[in-house]
Amino acid sequence: MSHPITASENSVAVRVEKVVKTFPNGDTPTYALRDVSFTALAGQLTMIVGPSGCGKTTLLSVICGTMQTDSGRIEVFGQDIGGMSDAEVTAFRSRNVGFIFQQFNLIPTLTLAENASIPLILQGWPSRKAEEKAAAVLTELGLGTRIRSFPRQLSGGQQQRVAIARALVHDPRLIICDEPTASLDAKTGHHALELLKESACRPDRCVIVVTHDSRIFSFADWIAEMEDGRVVKSCPAAEYRHA
Amino acid sequence: MLRIALLMLFRDRAKYVMLVGGLTFCSLLMTQQTSVFCGIMLWTTATVRNIDAKVWVFDAKVEQVNEVIPLREIEVTRVRSVPGVEWAVPLYLGIEQARLGDGSFQNVQLTGLDTATFVGRPMEILKGRVEDLRLPDAVIIDQVGVEKYRKKGIKIDIGTSFEINDKRAEVVAICHENRSFLAQPYVFTTYDRALQFAKPQRKMLSCVLVEPKPGVSPQELAARISRVPGLRAFARDDLFWTTVRWYIKNTGIPISFGTVVIMGMIVGIAIAGQTFYLFILDNLRYLAALKAMGARMPILTAMVFLQSFSVGFVGFGIGVGLTTLFGLKVLKLETPPFFMPWQVPVAVAVIIMLICSFSALVGLRQIAKLEPAVVFK
Repeated sequence: MSHPITASENSVAVRVEKVVKTFPNGDTPTYALRDVSFTALAGQLTMIVGPSGCGKTTLLSVICGTMQTDSGRIEVFGQDIGGMSDAEVTAFRSRNVGFIFQQFNLIPTLTLAENASIPLILQGWPSRKAEEKAAAVLTELGLGTRIRSFPRQLSGGQQQRVAIARALVHDPRLIICDEPTASLDAKTGHHALELLKESACRPDRCVIVVTHDSRIFSFADWIAEMEDGRVVKSCPAAEYRHA
Repeated sequence: MLRIALLMLFRDRAKYVMLVGGLTFCSLLMTQQTSVFCGIMLWTTATVRNIDAKVWVFDAKVEQVNEVIPLREIEVTRVRSVPGVEWAVPLYLGIEQARLGDGSFQNVQLTGLDTATFVGRPMEILKGRVEDLRLPDAVIIDQVGVEKYRKKGIKIDIGTSFEINDKRAEVVAICHENRSFLAQPYVFTTYDRALQFAKPQRKMLSCVLVEPKPGVSPQELAARISRVPGLRAFARDDLFWTTVRWYIKNTGIPISFGTVVIMGMIVGIAIAGQTFYLFILDNLRYLAALKAMGARMPILTAMVFLQSFSVGFVGFGIGVGLTTLFGLKVLKLETPPFFMPWQVPVAVAVIIMLICSFSALVGLRQIAKLEPAVVFK
């Protein structure tokens, strides 16, 4: 099933076509995604924005394969996520997707290096080598002196940097960020996005950020706005801001 | 990921200590109580273990070694006539009253050995000689008796005399024997002298000790002797287990100890199960994150079982270690019973691992239900 993923700058990294997702709610299902179509390009930071409950996080979940769709098609770097078995999707995620969660989800009993090395260990790297690489990434992100610290010893902004390091350490093609500034103050959130933009955005990589924080829209290359389970607007960020 | 699992466990100090503590307590309770139970059962069979004979012959109604119904002297001859008997000798077993120099009384387990052969003689003589039993009034007393009297301020040594049922007895040797169920000192003498010490009855012979001819198994010979009307014979091992089974069936000892062992299991399941479940619940969002990042269920299962078995192994080790220390202390004192055969720690290890498996499965149920998408909520 797995074959090399290739992507060139501005090629389509994520293609979502007519995706429907419902959640059971008594007799009438609740529609989280209604016939959603959406694309994200490689080399760009795409933001999915909209009010709470509009389906942003559901769309993110189906793109990375952590949630099944009712219908529609999702391709990530040319691979049909919906056609994969659970094991194949899991393996695909482990190789190709980096996650930055709203609550960071850093394991409190592991050091920063151990936390950041997890994606590599999941790919079968020996612990020591994985931690060495994680330490190098943490150092690039300005946490070189704290690699043996525990998450509770860090500020929110520093924890976000560890989460970014964990998302980047295995060199994934797709970075998924769920409300990356929700747990941070404005200034720290701004710095985190700067760092994400600097370190994560590469011609062959696609970064998708879900947010409702309009203060960080300026970091986006492309913005897709959602409302009531639909993508109501999808355009270059400059155009969106201008509108 | 297994290393990560262990780090997650060991560094969560409070829960780790709670888990290990619960399983240590559970393991300690089960091992210690079972060992004390085994110790008591061993005490009940002290006579079988102290007297070296392959086949024991009693009255047909006898059910265990500590319950003696006297036989006629002629039974020795009847036993000798059974095919396959190499030799057969009489043995006297009885609880008699000894009076010491200071006038105090003490019940003793009087054992009368065949005068000619001393078959059933003490296995370990600490002081003196068995052969001196042929001297007038001679008896051999065991270390338990010496210690008991020493605690009362009376020194017993070779040459010390006392009375058994108002008849003079003189210590010619001191032996080491397995302690009896009622902790009465063993006093050995010749069969003929034992009959003089004992209160006279119509029948005085307690049992007959038999050696099978070469090629005849003790079990086979015991079966043959048991066919003689009025006699019941046991091979040594059979008598040991028959006695143990009798005490298990006819006394409240197993219920008492069994209750504590079951309580230990329940405490273990409750503490370890609940704490481990809490540990999993606390880590659920991180496990969901791992699932989202590509950790498959077999990896998470291995992680959870490793965590569970690690605390089980450590708790079991500490529990059995503490029990062993208790046992060593007790064996020095020789007061409470204690015997830990290898089957006890093995059985406790199996129970502990079952408790751990149960705890792990309860936690895994939560993880299996977990949608990786919950990390985005």
